[in-house]
Amino acid sequence: MIEKTVAELSRSLSRREISSVELTKAYLERINRYNGSLNAFITVCEESALTQAAQADTARDNGQTSPLLGIPLAHKDIFCSSGVKTTCGSKILHNFTAPYDATVVSRFKEAGAVMLGKTNMDEFAMGSSNETSYFGPVRNPWDTDRVPGGSSGGSAAAVAADLCAVATGTDTGGSIRQPASFCGLTGLKPSYGRISRWGMIAFASSLDQAGPICKSAEDAALMLNTMAGIDTKDSTSADVPVEDYTAELNNSLEGLRIGIPRQHFAEGLSTGVEQAIQEALNVYRELGAKIIEIDLPNNHLSVSAYYVVAPAEASANLSRFDGVRYGYRCDSPVDLEDMYKRSRSEGFGDEVKRRIMVGTYALSAGFYDAYYRKAQKIRRLIKQDFNSAFQQVDIIIGPTSPHTAFNLGAKTDPIAMYLEDIYTIGVNLAGLPGMSVPVSTVHGLPVGMHLVTNDFAESRLLNVAHQFQQNTDWHRQRATAFTEGH
Amino acid sequence: MAFDKTELEKVAQLARLHMSDAEKDEVAGRITDILALIDQMQSVNTDSVTPLAHPLDVTQRLRPDYTTESNRRDELQKLAPRVENGLYLVPKVIE
Repeated sequence: MIEKTVAELSRSLSRREISSVELTKAYLERINRYNGSLNAFITVCEESALTQAAQADTARDNGQTSPLLGIPLAHKDIFCSSGVKTTCGSKILHNFTAPYDATVVSRFKEAGAVMLGKTNMDEFAMGSSNETSYFGPVRNPWDTDRVPGGSSGGSAAAVAADLCAVATGTDTGGSIRQPASFCGLTGLKPSYGRISRWGMIAFASSLDQAGPICKSAEDAALMLNTMAGIDTKDSTSADVPVEDYTAELNNSLEGLRIGIPRQHFAEGLSTGVEQAIQEALNVYRELGAKIIEIDLPNNHLSVSAYYVVAPAEASANLSRFDGVRYGYRCDSPVDLEDMYKRSRSEGFGDEVKRRIMVGTYALSAGFYDAYYRKAQKIRRLIKQDFNSAFQQVDIIIGPTSPHTAFNLGAKTDPIAMYLEDIYTIGVNLAGLPGMSVPVSTVHGLPVGMHLVTNDFAESRLLNVAHQFQQNTDWHRQRATAFTEGH
Repeated sequence: MAFDKTELEKVAQLARLHMSDAEKDEVAGRITDILALIDQMQSVNTDSVTPLAHPLDVTQRLRPDYTTESNRRDELQKLAPRVENGLYLVPKVIE
């Protein structure tokens, strides 16, 4: 049962084949058994999960129905959850109990979902391997010597090892899509503004976007149905009507124009991944799609521009952590200045400090035009590249990551880590929706295919992903060491 | 451009971060590498390009000015490292 998708579990719950309490107990048992080796959860909410499950069962007995009613899920520890520790993977928030729910969290509560716990992540979502977490690295269920990807690595590992049915994540430069790719899952980063950011601890406010990490595109559609929509508490949430994202899943792909960016199949892409994507494109050809080569000429500048924009916004957002009102405070500060500096230096990890430094420098007097303004101009060029591409094609497809999951400790150079997101970062700069879908395995490790559509075209994106999954079973492949029976 | 120790100290002060002498060289080196990556942007002429600050080209919505927050002082102060009589305590600022 635990390996089933949300859509399947939802049907089993409504047919009373299983209760939410039974299902919740089954996942809690697996968390107890496997979290020690995976480190996917920072906090497990056993008691409240069982209470929520019992409430969901009662609600169902009283005639309530909703696709997520009684579904056990996990939230990335970046979402504030009332009364529950919310750390953002950082020492500076290691003792922080959120006084309110993020909009995403309250929407799932309203839908009757069960929160099993909070998942591990790179500190403040800064990382692509989940190794920057103060709570230790997460391990990839497909091979525990390897990273699950990041920054939503705990969510990805938890879903891949069936420790929960589905999980939330956030994506600032690839943090949903890359871990989904490394763990053989379906990850969706919606358009910027599609989901409220309220209560989601801010990293880079013009790039951050929440989304689900799932076992299928159908599940991603169900999750988006609950998560999407304008929120008066987030003035950047988009005033764009919310669709039923499951409505177009079964549309035919006959005549679909798929754009293949030459720049995403160039130097740096491993041959195994390239071959897997080419084979996936053949599936689409058979479904009647046309494959068209396109150019994203400024793609190579996306990482450079991102490492100005994201650290600049982060340096401002993270200035709130000062040891005064909440979070970590250093021991025996001699004066106020000492308290600020040591609380921050002892509370933040190395990668977070580096990015605060880079961002502060880029925004400092005399450097603003050369860095921040320049990066915003590059951002415009990148957005224009996508705009022109979408004049010719309906969807852009390529690899999510240049290779499969790498070993823990393999990338100690920050620059090498930054280049991990070369195919995903441009999508955040442009604010577009993107997905990663498993399309193969190479040497026993999953490969993800990256799909991108125009602003707010999530229905089309999910349709194209779902059709692939209707014709293949890569999304059904499990990490064997953690399948039921082991 | 090299990001030297003097520059590092200036930026660390702006960011309110403490750097020990032992870590300064390593951090300055890492930031120099990151700035080299960033400088690849300079290879493109962008004189005629309008900066894009935000992916949604929309203006902020306005709403009537009314109170949305309730007073949760006591609850919120439970999260603070040190409070006394409803005040947040910090090291002495004025002698």
